[in-house]
Amino acid sequence: MQVAISIRGATKSYDGKSVLQGIDLEIHSGEIFAILGPNGAGKTTLVEILEGYRNRDGGEISVLGSDPDKGSLEWRNRIGIVLQSASDAGDLTVTEVVENFAHYYSKPRTPGTVIDQVGLREKAASKVSTLSGGQRRRLDVALGIIGSPEILFLDEPTTGFDPEARREFWGLIRRLRDEGTTILLTTHYLDEAEELADRVAVLVAGRISEIARPSELGGRNRKGALISWSDASGDHLEESTRPTEFIATLSATFEGEIPNLQVRRPTLEDIYLEMIEGQA
Amino acid sequence: MRTLVIGAHRGQLELKQFFRQRESVVFTLLFPIMLMFIFGSIFKNSIAPGVTFSQYFIAGMIASGLVNSGFQQLAIMIPMERDFGTLKRLRGTPMPPLSYFIGKLVVVAVSVTIQVVLLMGFGELFFHLHMPTSGEKWLRLLWLILLGSICSTVLGIAFSALPKNGRGASAIVSPIVIVLQFFSGVFFVFTDLPKWMQQLAAIFPLKWLTQGMRSVFLPDSFAVKEATGSWESGRIFIILLAWAVAGTVLAVKSFRWSNK
Repeated sequence: MQVAISIRGATKSYDGKSVLQGIDLEIHSGEIFAILGPNGAGKTTLVEILEGYRNRDGGEISVLGSDPDKGSLEWRNRIGIVLQSASDAGDLTVTEVVENFAHYYSKPRTPGTVIDQVGLREKAASKVSTLSGGQRRRLDVALGIIGSPEILFLDEPTTGFDPEARREFWGLIRRLRDEGTTILLTTHYLDEAEELADRVAVLVAGRISEIARPSELGGRNRKGALISWSDASGDHLEESTRPTEFIATLSATFEGEIPNLQVRRPTLEDIYLEMIEGQA
Repeated sequence: MRTLVIGAHRGQLELKQFFRQRESVVFTLLFPIMLMFIFGSIFKNSIAPGVTFSQYFIAGMIASGLVNSGFQQLAIMIPMERDFGTLKRLRGTPMPPLSYFIGKLVVVAVSVTIQVVLLMGFGELFFHLHMPTSGEKWLRLLWLILLGSICSTVLGIAFSALPKNGRGASAIVSPIVIVLQFFSGVFFVFTDLPKWMQQLAAIFPLKWLTQGMRSVFLPDSFAVKEATGSWESGRIFIILLAWAVAGTVLAVKSFRWSNK
């Protein structure tokens, strides 16, 4: 397995306040890696250090074999960045901006194709200032992928998307991964991480508290299932590591259907909230 | 080569943006023309045999045009681009930083050319501004515009590091330019100003640009009315060149991609 990004002992503080307290992380080529964490955990700081926007205080970092602090233009040619907020280029059309950015890269994708891929075909000739929030984000993504990057950084990419747009966007990200792009994404949305990420890291107060597959985070796969039902005496909730057996026993005490029966595994959100509780 | 090609693409994009922002087109291109008409119509008196104040003033306005198109425009626009995230986004691409500056230079060059042509044209039509009378004066006009634009551009880029954000920029930059115009003999005859004002103005390039423009557009007989009794073309050239070099160093050293 090839390593696209390797981080060892990365630290950063602002005005004496420690923001990153020794981060260790390896991101493999071709995977979608998500960083989860509450606001102020250091997600954006970490990502901006990897993108070469900020200098770290200590530790070793390599992104595609280069130290981002000394990132050359050739190195930038191989990465793509989708920023958290930009409101530039209002007077230009979508096509004008995308075509212009294509000139900066040595092997750009076709601007028209990229505009189609992010779902902006109908807006291609519209001025950027007329785009909705979600459409602007799609333009940001278009500019992030126009250079056929080997690594794509996405900082909270679907903020402001409606549910349908998010589904479409997820499809696009998966296609990029299937084409071999390594994707590092930060997000607030746990369903997004669960849907997309091959692995997730939870960042709390400047430290990585766990790295795992979304289905295994926080021992989620080994946790018991929650079984709830109702009867004449009221609502009941039980946790069981052998839910099938439990329900078989339970159903013997009822004639026919068990009222309001629900079997539920803890969601990523349950686990995540448990992990950051008291620390954020 | 790649830097130049990308710079040309940037220039094209910047021009589109420039002409689509109606306010800035009006402000940078039409405001000086308006001023010319107002001042030119009020002060028609002669200040020397064969020279009216309108002619004196228009020569100064042409010099100011270089300051408006370069210094003022860039010192306001670049902090705004930092606010909007334009610079941050560009920083994340393989675009060479020099290409960005080339793009800016293209906008300044186009806007300077339009402005000088308009001021000269209207000046000749309505205020008896005389076109340069010899090849040597045309040549001088050319290097004044060229050096003046370079000074104005690099100093605008250098100054853009000072304002904290885009909104603050125009509040800081516009008064500076206006005061400099007063001190440099645009709105008043330079030699009528208090000595300390003249000496202060002599530090900055605008004073020398206005004097140079007068040497191009006013009759040579007016030279004796200048501060030293001559046009001082050689000195103007050297001072503008020095500012161009110093400004470039300053621009490269002080340029900021982000608001911190």
